[in-house]
Amino acid sequence: MIYRFLEGLGQYFLFLGEVFHKPEHWKEYGKSFFREIELLGFSSIGLVAFISVFMGAVLTIQTAINLSDPFVPDSYIAIAVREGIILEFAPTIVSLILAGKVGSNIASTLGTMRVTEQMDALRVMGINPASYLVLPKIFACLVFNPILITFSMALGLVGGYYAGDFLGLVNTEVYLTGYFDDFDPFYVVYSLTKTFVFAFIIATVSSFFGYNVQGGAVEVGKASTKSVVTMSFSIILFNYILTNLLLQ
Amino acid sequence: MIRVEGLHKSFGEQHVLRGIDVDFYEGQCNLIIGLSGSGKTVFLKSILGLHFVDQGSISFDGRILGEMGKKEMKSLRQEMGMVFQGSALFNSLSIEENVRLPLDFFSDMTLEEKAERVRFCLERVRIEVDSFGKTPAELSGGMQKRVAIARAIVLNPKYLFCDEPNSGLDPETAIVIDQLIHEITHEFGMTTIINTHDMNSVLEIGDHVVLMEQGKKAWEGRMDEVLNSDDTSVVDYVFRSNLFKKLRSALRES
Repeated sequence: MIYRFLEGLGQYFLFLGEVFHKPEHWKEYGKSFFREIELLGFSSIGLVAFISVFMGAVLTIQTAINLSDPFVPDSYIAIAVREGIILEFAPTIVSLILAGKVGSNIASTLGTMRVTEQMDALRVMGINPASYLVLPKIFACLVFNPILITFSMALGLVGGYYAGDFLGLVNTEVYLTGYFDDFDPFYVVYSLTKTFVFAFIIATVSSFFGYNVQGGAVEVGKASTKSVVTMSFSIILFNYILTNLLLQ
Repeated sequence: MIRVEGLHKSFGEQHVLRGIDVDFYEGQCNLIIGLSGSGKTVFLKSILGLHFVDQGSISFDGRILGEMGKKEMKSLRQEMGMVFQGSALFNSLSIEENVRLPLDFFSDMTLEEKAERVRFCLERVRIEVDSFGKTPAELSGGMQKRVAIARAIVLNPKYLFCDEPNSGLDPETAIVIDQLIHEITHEFGMTTIINTHDMNSVLEIGDHVVLMEQGKKAWEGRMDEVLNSDDTSVVDYVFRSNLFKKLRSALRES
């Protein structure tokens, strides 16, 4: 099992070497990059917005119920919600959701391209398929995921505020001041650093599984599932490592 | 001309190609035929450089594959066109963009020149202008094959490779595709290599036919020699069906 893991890890780094081979036609990569931004980034906005608003609302409700004490001001609820969203929910949970949506899309797209010989077609033309197909996806994720996560943070806080107001759980004025109390901007830096690492994991791990598919449609499905499982494990593991490194 | 000498290729314990020597000539449709598993696709992919060979050499007009530098190899790639069995068109691109892709990468043409060249190639394979903006999924199998041919010839290649271009097509469309490849080969003086199972293709466009058997060249000749050959490999392969047996005896009687 360890041998298989190390073999897979070695193949992953060899794959990255092929991907980061210097592109010769930047213009074509640029076009592809914008297509990927649209495909992988813009198409996720709705999902991220929906989840963020409701997760913010749920966090506020749960925190308000658990801190329903006359001696605990409502601003404390806001602080707890803010920290929960910025530190963990937006970067980690949304990245896990994106691993499912974007990652499986990348793995199945590349897998299909492999089994339908589209990658061979590129190679015959003299185009490096790993670089041409994967590099724009990596850059699209690295550029757009931090934007999505920032958006998710903002919407989570908005969702929390309106849920508290709508259900009458908090004094909105006090709650709002809580969002700005003792705010440490480094938490946003920490959160975006994690996002950046997770975006790299999502783009490269899913591409690795999709790129190396051998067989037919069944293997494409298996690769897509494997990639989501591996990405989820990796994100959780790196979440722990980065939290240890950056917050301690 | 493409010259193959002493070609061997194995995958693990499986020895797929066992010493093939053959020349493929310019301006001709060179057909490779043989049973499934005889090594045709591995052979074609080895010539294309998609598989590293274990032994032997492949030369393109004197330039030996594997001994070329990166620049030479890149320039050779631009002299190759390939039509894949499943067309291998890019689903995210329109028909026009699919055909233009090699030009975007490898030509210094202006946008207008590229558009003109793409139109010429698509019209040459009889694709209507109305279909240029469609995606591959919106086309029939025969049209997809024609677009794949247009993409393969857009850089004006010296060498054209086709892997079972007729598979999955109805007999009428298969004939159209055969004729198209034949016409293009003669029109542009290309060295064309076609992998096929289709006996109709062999008898219609086989300027030079190579029969493969268990990773070896079993026979080679012209299309008119196929029906008259007494070679056991040819007889076993070609005249397996009753139709061809009757055709053969009728030809011999006449």
